[in-house]
Amino acid sequence: MTLARRIIPCLDTDGSRVVKGVQFIHLRDAGDPADLAARYNQEGADELVVLDIAASRDHRPTFLETIRRVAAELAIPLTAGGGVRKLDDGRAILRAGADKVTVNTAAIHRPELLTEMAAEFGSQAVILAIDARRAGDHWEAYVRGGHDPTGLDAVVWAKEGVARGAGEILLTSMDRDGTRSGFDCELTAAVSDVVSVPVIASGGADTPQDFLEVFEKGRADAALAASIFHDNLQGFAALKRYLADRGVPMRVWT
Amino acid sequence: MKIALVEYGAGNLPSVERAFARLGAETIRAADPEKLTGADAIILPGVGHFGALMRQLDSQGMIASLRGKIAAGIPFLGICLGLQALFATSEEAPDDAGLGVFPNRVAALPATEKLPHMGWNQLQRARAPHLLEGISPGEYFYFAHSFAATEASGASTATCVHGARFVALLERGNLCGVQFHPEKSGGAGAKLLSNFLRLASRAAQ
Repeated sequence: MTLARRIIPCLDTDGSRVVKGVQFIHLRDAGDPADLAARYNQEGADELVVLDIAASRDHRPTFLETIRRVAAELAIPLTAGGGVRKLDDGRAILRAGADKVTVNTAAIHRPELLTEMAAEFGSQAVILAIDARRAGDHWEAYVRGGHDPTGLDAVVWAKEGVARGAGEILLTSMDRDGTRSGFDCELTAAVSDVVSVPVIASGGADTPQDFLEVFEKGRADAALAASIFHDNLQGFAALKRYLADRGVPMRVWT
Repeated sequence: MKIALVEYGAGNLPSVERAFARLGAETIRAADPEKLTGADAIILPGVGHFGALMRQLDSQGMIASLRGKIAAGIPFLGICLGLQALFATSEEAPDDAGLGVFPNRVAALPATEKLPHMGWNQLQRARAPHLLEGISPGEYFYFAHSFAATEASGASTATCVHGARFVALLERGNLCGVQFHPEKSGGAGAKLLSNFLRLASRAAQ
């Protein structure tokens, strides 16, 4: 009886449609979020993440509607985020049907936001998203969709974020994102080893072996990917079977 | 059959509603004791903080009413924090009393494992729980919590382990509680909820 590692498909949206890009740029349309959500729910995803990567104020009601449509398709947990600036934004996302909310830029600008969110929603509903890029001997946290460097050491920030109330870390390697060259296991392990909460590794997934490595070497609690699932390059059942056969605890789809 | 979902501001009410709707069962939201009148089954869903939940139920005048319904044998399902609310106290909020159906205390899970206990885990059955009928023993359920009960006065029918063994499922007559989230647990969760509906419809006859 062991807690299973999780496989999490991610829907990056412009508020209403799923989009795909490489290292946060060159976006193109990849389908309807509710359609993909229904498919992943059926096929054995352990959880789903939906993000508003445009995150403009004007699109907010559209994204909340997208969350409602996606949540209606799911019998698995839903995380949503992108552009969460204040407590009200998080509340609106949870009310729309998400179980957890991610916060990134706003938490770096005002870390107390994590504490306030945890007090109201419970830590289990608060995910600190960190976009990290290699900077010499460490990794630097970036904000505004990977636009702006912060000067913060991503590992140090992860630790502080947890102390402030985050119940989970969604850790994206910007170096690997969209490259299909494997997860950044070194980054993932560095964060996983210093925080007391689960870490979701993101960025670079391609082969089943990449997943195996991020669970074994990266000590990830969950692994997230987008395009390999959207493009049907990887199915959940086969991926989970591969991992279970190699000793990774998996909720194998029955 | 009238199924009342206790509404207290926070919580995951819509997903519980949807899970029952998928089973063809209609539910009503109950934010005050009057709404519980005539209920054939009561669901107390829950996410968040033990103290906040108990204070909110108190301010809505629900505590005596819920205790009364449980004592009268009305089918009841507490989900996650809703299970914890059945206990006398919780380490999460030592100054706030729970419903006290069970005299035991809810405690923090040991920090030897990552917390919250977040994700899919299996159950170990102590007896043959009614709520797990037709569900394969290896099936996984979705958990998201940092606190749990380790004893439930003999009512525990399945346990789970994360740092320590804890009560994952309890059943005593028509009173049920689950530490995991059946409404988020895919097909296995749906089956559990349909087992609860069957228990409730039998009791209503």
